[in-house]
Amino acid sequence: MPNIIAVVCASYGLAQSVCDGEDLPARAERFFRSDHTNNWAVLVCTSRFWFNYRHVANTLSVYRSVKRLGIPDSHIVLMLADDMACNHRNPKPATVFSHKNMELNVYGDDVEVDYRGYEVTVENFLRVLTGRLPPSTPRSKRLLSDDHSNILIYLTGHGGNGFLKFQDSEEISNVELADAFEQMWQKRRYNELLFIIDTCQGASMYERFYSPNLMALASSQVGEDSLSHQPDLAIGVHLMDRYTFYLLEFLEDIHPASQANMNDLFKVCPKSQCVSTPGHRTDLFQRDPGSVLITDFFGSVRKVEITMETINLTVPGIPLERFGGEPHTETALAYVDQLPVAQIIHQKPKQKDWHPPDGFILGLWTLILLVFFRTYGIKHLKHIF
Amino acid sequence: MMLTPPCFTQRGRSAAVAIAALVIAAGIPLWWKTTETYRAWLPAARISELEALQLELRVEVEVVFARGTLSPEQQKKVPASRMHKTGLKFTYETRFRTATVMEEDALNQPTAAEADHALHTLTETSCGSVVIYIIPEASALLPQDMRVYVGRSRTALLRSQVASVVGAGLPEVLAALDPQMEQVLQTMSFNHQDVTAALTDRLRPGLSTRDSLADSMRAFKSSPGYEITFSLLNPDPKHHQLHWDVEAALDAYIYPLLHKMAPVANFSVDSQILYYAVLGVNPRYDASASAYTLSADSLAHVINPVEARLGSNAASSNPVLNFLLYVPDSLHSPLIIRNDQKQEVASNAFHSPRWGGIMVYNVDGAYGNDTQFPVDIAIDMSRVMGVFLSQLRLMLGFQQTGAPPGFVLEAAGREGVAEWELDRLLWSRSVENVATASASITSLAQLLDQIANIVINDNIAQQVASAVTALQAAVAELEAGNLALALEHSREAISASERAFFDPSLLHLLYFPDDQKFAIYIPLFLPMCVPILLSLLKIFREVQQHRFDKLE
Repeated sequence: MPNIIAVVCASYGLAQSVCDGEDLPARAERFFRSDHTNNWAVLVCTSRFWFNYRHVANTLSVYRSVKRLGIPDSHIVLMLADDMACNHRNPKPATVFSHKNMELNVYGDDVEVDYRGYEVTVENFLRVLTGRLPPSTPRSKRLLSDDHSNILIYLTGHGGNGFLKFQDSEEISNVELADAFEQMWQKRRYNELLFIIDTCQGASMYERFYSPNLMALASSQVGEDSLSHQPDLAIGVHLMDRYTFYLLEFLEDIHPASQANMNDLFKVCPKSQCVSTPGHRTDLFQRDPGSVLITDFFGSVRKVEITMETINLTVPGIPLERFGGEPHTETALAYVDQLPVAQIIHQKPKQKDWHPPDGFILGLWTLILLVFFRTYGIKHLKHIF
Repeated sequence: MMLTPPCFTQRGRSAAVAIAALVIAAGIPLWWKTTETYRAWLPAARISELEALQLELRVEVEVVFARGTLSPEQQKKVPASRMHKTGLKFTYETRFRTATVMEEDALNQPTAAEADHALHTLTETSCGSVVIYIIPEASALLPQDMRVYVGRSRTALLRSQVASVVGAGLPEVLAALDPQMEQVLQTMSFNHQDVTAALTDRLRPGLSTRDSLADSMRAFKSSPGYEITFSLLNPDPKHHQLHWDVEAALDAYIYPLLHKMAPVANFSVDSQILYYAVLGVNPRYDASASAYTLSADSLAHVINPVEARLGSNAASSNPVLNFLLYVPDSLHSPLIIRNDQKQEVASNAFHSPRWGGIMVYNVDGAYGNDTQFPVDIAIDMSRVMGVFLSQLRLMLGFQQTGAPPGFVLEAAGREGVAEWELDRLLWSRSVENVATASASITSLAQLLDQIANIVINDNIAQQVASAVTALQAAVAELEAGNLALALEHSREAISASERAFFDPSLLHLLYFPDDQKFAIYIPLFLPMCVPILLSLLKIFREVQQHRFDKLE
């Protein structure tokens, strides 16, 4: 009996050591599979007005997924062109729903919108991308990426062949967008960039890209319209666009340690579900899309190294100190009297100062007098004065 | 054709010609002037020179022969100096001399560390230079199998190995020393790989080695300033009342290093205490070690939930380094970190490239089970700062010291960094700054050329000019071997170039495709130009006819 146990234990130990031995090169490979150290996301909704509720819901659902997978607010630039949650026509204030029957509130409790309302303009968007912001701009409104950052850019709104409409009054063209990305590449402001656009004829927006390390996804080809998903009868508008609805469904299954790759993302929302044909562009991307993890862009999985070396600063012989039992004698603090209640209760009514009658009253009486004397003649004047 | 009297025709003709003349002479220049964009002059010739810039670095090396390494005839023939150019435009300017009496006394100290300290007090070495002392083979300063000792300042002790060769002439001695000196210089001064990595950071990973890629990913890129935040995370204030004297610890351990790094960048340091901050990962209990363990896999997921609660200075755009000290709560104490081989990590700390480090500090040994909670605990800051200091060195760009075989590298100790390590960083920073600044300037010039309707203000032109001047000065100083001045000029160059490139006024106006331009100008100019052109044509035809009639 002991022999069998010994043999079993030995074989188990052997198997364990073999597994551990394989782990090391695999882990080293994983460290170098992608050379990014931080993640950023720029999420933009470009439409205003209540009937464009679905564009805000699109952006907020991507924001929610990206936050859930680990990217902190300090690394997300969220631009919403209109406020749907506090809109007068919202029957459920402080909520933005993405599923009908109000199943999922994507507004949540801790949304941090960096550019809101009329601040979402083509100029500000290009300034955020290229980094040419005035020096007074706070940190939360800047894209502080470096040459090892992976950036996710998501645009949604109304678009056409070669342009995207901002705020119903201006447009950004695909050439400008391509030039902005080239300027980002010149300054090495990104390592890899994933561009997702959910508008009508979205594929036209990535046609003109020419900088390396860009991967692009669009919800529809040139000549096709992107359609919205379902209306909610209580709220009265369409809640989401189809592509982003199925994208959200796909992302809800992803967790920070997931190994799903970009090829799965390309399959999201086929023509049978989306009615439009989603497109993608990977020719400028250096790595094979099958080896790119979803969490490389949507999540923020940090690379970690164990600290092997330390510097010896301790003087030997001093043990860990422990404070004695003397309590701290702190002076009792008190608040300054915030509300002088005594003053308010026993207040005498203030005497109102007399003011002479102002212009309106004077004018009114002058008018009345003039009318009287015109009607009845000036001879009555001596009876008055 | 209507019959007009000749004077009217004449007046009409002169009117048409006058209007045409006015339009052409005054109108077109006025339209051109009012629709052109103001573009200040940029030194385009000097900028295009920058593209073809060849960096040449010069290191001053001083080789001192101690007594007993050279025979008297060889001593007389010692050359004064020698230049040695290597492949990648590096020049080692080597000066040879024999040791002075005071240096001999210093070299007679019992240990290498004391000898190094004594030598350091004797001479003042300039930034970027290296001094190598050749000591006799039989010297007892170094242990038997070690050939080189690298001290804390810029000196190295090299054990000569040619005394055994009888009758060797001076050239053979020098030739035998060359490979060893080369190795010393590669360790103490810049590495070819460092400089190529700094110059060509745009290459794909396959072209640089794994180690240099990891180093370049770990260290922050050159920036005018950095913010360092030290945070104490206390998830269990009900049981642990933690006291950390962070100000004194920073004064004693961190500020000396930052003070030495002052030529490189500005640093701002702050600290905070966060209560009820938990790690995002549940540690597993390991009965064999009777402790809770965090495996290396789960460490990657620890940082994100915590980062949301760490603040940062809203006013500055500098990169932030975070150093977190986590004291586990009493239910999950002690907490140890295990590496890939399931072994305990001595430092109990880990770091993330370009972010910072986290150390787990166990306090369960400080109290028993029946003490009254909360327990006052003072944190041993020297142990903590030892870990943070080594992580800070990695983040700032000091590579992990891998000593070549036969070398003894003196640890930096309380000063934080040795002078030669700082020199290495300064070399790579200067080169990186020069490369980045010249790339910025050339791409800015290219951008401004390409887009014809960007306005170039005077201040941008001034920044570009000062950046180009500073760049040329930095390159000249690098060629001359003055590292400190070169770094200063390169910092000026990079700050001017960044300010010029990221100026808010350089946002190009909305792109005007040609069809839009025609659509704007045609309704304005066509109704005006058609009558003028037609009347000019008519006049021309009449003049032709008149001349034809005259000839007949």
